[in-house]
Amino acid sequence: MIPNKFDYHRATSVDEAIRLMAQHGMDAKLLAGGHSLLPAMKLRLNQPGVLVDIGRLAELRYIKKEGDSLVIGAGATHDDIANSDMARSTLSMLSEAANLIGDVQVRNKGTLGGSLAHADPAADWPAVMIAAHANIELRGPNGSRTVSADDFFTGFYMTALAEDEIITAIRIPAPPKGTHSSYQKFMQPASRFAIVGCAASVTKDGGVCQKVSVALTGLSDTAFRASNVEAALTGKKLTKENIAAAAQAAGEGVMAMGDHFASEEYRLHLAKVFAKRALMAAAE
Amino acid sequence: MATTIQVTVNGKAYSHDVDPRTLLVQYLRDVLGLTGTHVGCDTSNCGACTILVDGKAVKSCTMLAVQADGSEVKTIEGMADNGTLHPLQEGFREEHGLQCGFCTPGMIMTSADLLERNPNPTEHEIREALEGNFCRCTGYHNIVKSVQYAAKKISNQEKVA
Repeated sequence: MIPNKFDYHRATSVDEAIRLMAQHGMDAKLLAGGHSLLPAMKLRLNQPGVLVDIGRLAELRYIKKEGDSLVIGAGATHDDIANSDMARSTLSMLSEAANLIGDVQVRNKGTLGGSLAHADPAADWPAVMIAAHANIELRGPNGSRTVSADDFFTGFYMTALAEDEIITAIRIPAPPKGTHSSYQKFMQPASRFAIVGCAASVTKDGGVCQKVSVALTGLSDTAFRASNVEAALTGKKLTKENIAAAAQAAGEGVMAMGDHFASEEYRLHLAKVFAKRALMAAAE
Repeated sequence: MATTIQVTVNGKAYSHDVDPRTLLVQYLRDVLGLTGTHVGCDTSNCGACTILVDGKAVKSCTMLAVQADGSEVKTIEGMADNGTLHPLQEGFREEHGLQCGFCTPGMIMTSADLLERNPNPTEHEIREALEGNFCRCTGYHNIVKSVQYAAKKISNQEKVA
């Protein structure tokens, strides 16, 4: 399967990429690792007239600490994150999720920024970034701005990213002392996308849940924060019973998706199961 | 609008004008005639088209040839050294790691990435590393043994050297 014809430009800097995107407008698409875009182009689901390749930009590919924050360049691959001690020691769900994406070949090419911009409703990173309270840094012709992961995902393959903007970095604030996290998913055995995935981060003090952050993916049209689960667990003792009870709220009031692989009812069931597993693992 | 690319494939430098939509696997097979890299599913699931780009395993059906500009590419044809099989190739022969052989080049290239990162993988680690490569004949058992064979052989060679 061969994509439609397109013109190809390789940007030598983020600024050049922004200029090229502005020049070609709606007809242009950014190409990073290409592991969401190229399959869609091969199926002719997406037929951009121009590709602006940002896949080689060293300025986008890094993982570093800035003050208390972990900053991941949008061009960091899933494999970069999977192997980063800095990412693992900040929030272990970052490396857990990275290691559960696709397979090693996909992780070698696919990028964090690309996954977030694509916003597949079954992708892993959106839930992890919401649970991590990440801020997504965007740059366009009119300068830079920051959008919280909570506000970034707006619907089915929809984000707050404007047509002429590029995701440059993902900034994750240092979690409070006593925080542990986990990402657990039930995966589609062929694609390894999440049928349902849950990212949870728990801040524990003396066995009590001081703070909890929970997000779900795969369940509905976009990843989202499971506020009702958070409310049900905050301030409670982190017992198995309390966690199980809080996890029962996962997916409550959500319009679940159904497909030939998992019905709406089954996905809602899985949301509770995987919320419990992620919380149990994070509370350990 | 053709784009000029320069790639090194199995140690040999090439320069070609390609249509940007040319997939890397097409370039390898149709332009360079390196048909050892197979096209299986063509949807980045099966791993038959796996090659090494700058040392990392990638699925060449999901990469454009223009994305490989300036890169070092290694395919199954580049694994043997002057007629001496690579330990992975030898392992697949010795341990009967293939039946029809269609998936074998991809299996070997993904295993090469694994052994580069982790020279002594456990059985579980081998199975995990090969999760993106499908085999419809062997049931994977002998493939795992083949990779174990290669890991052992490489580590013995390094001890001698």
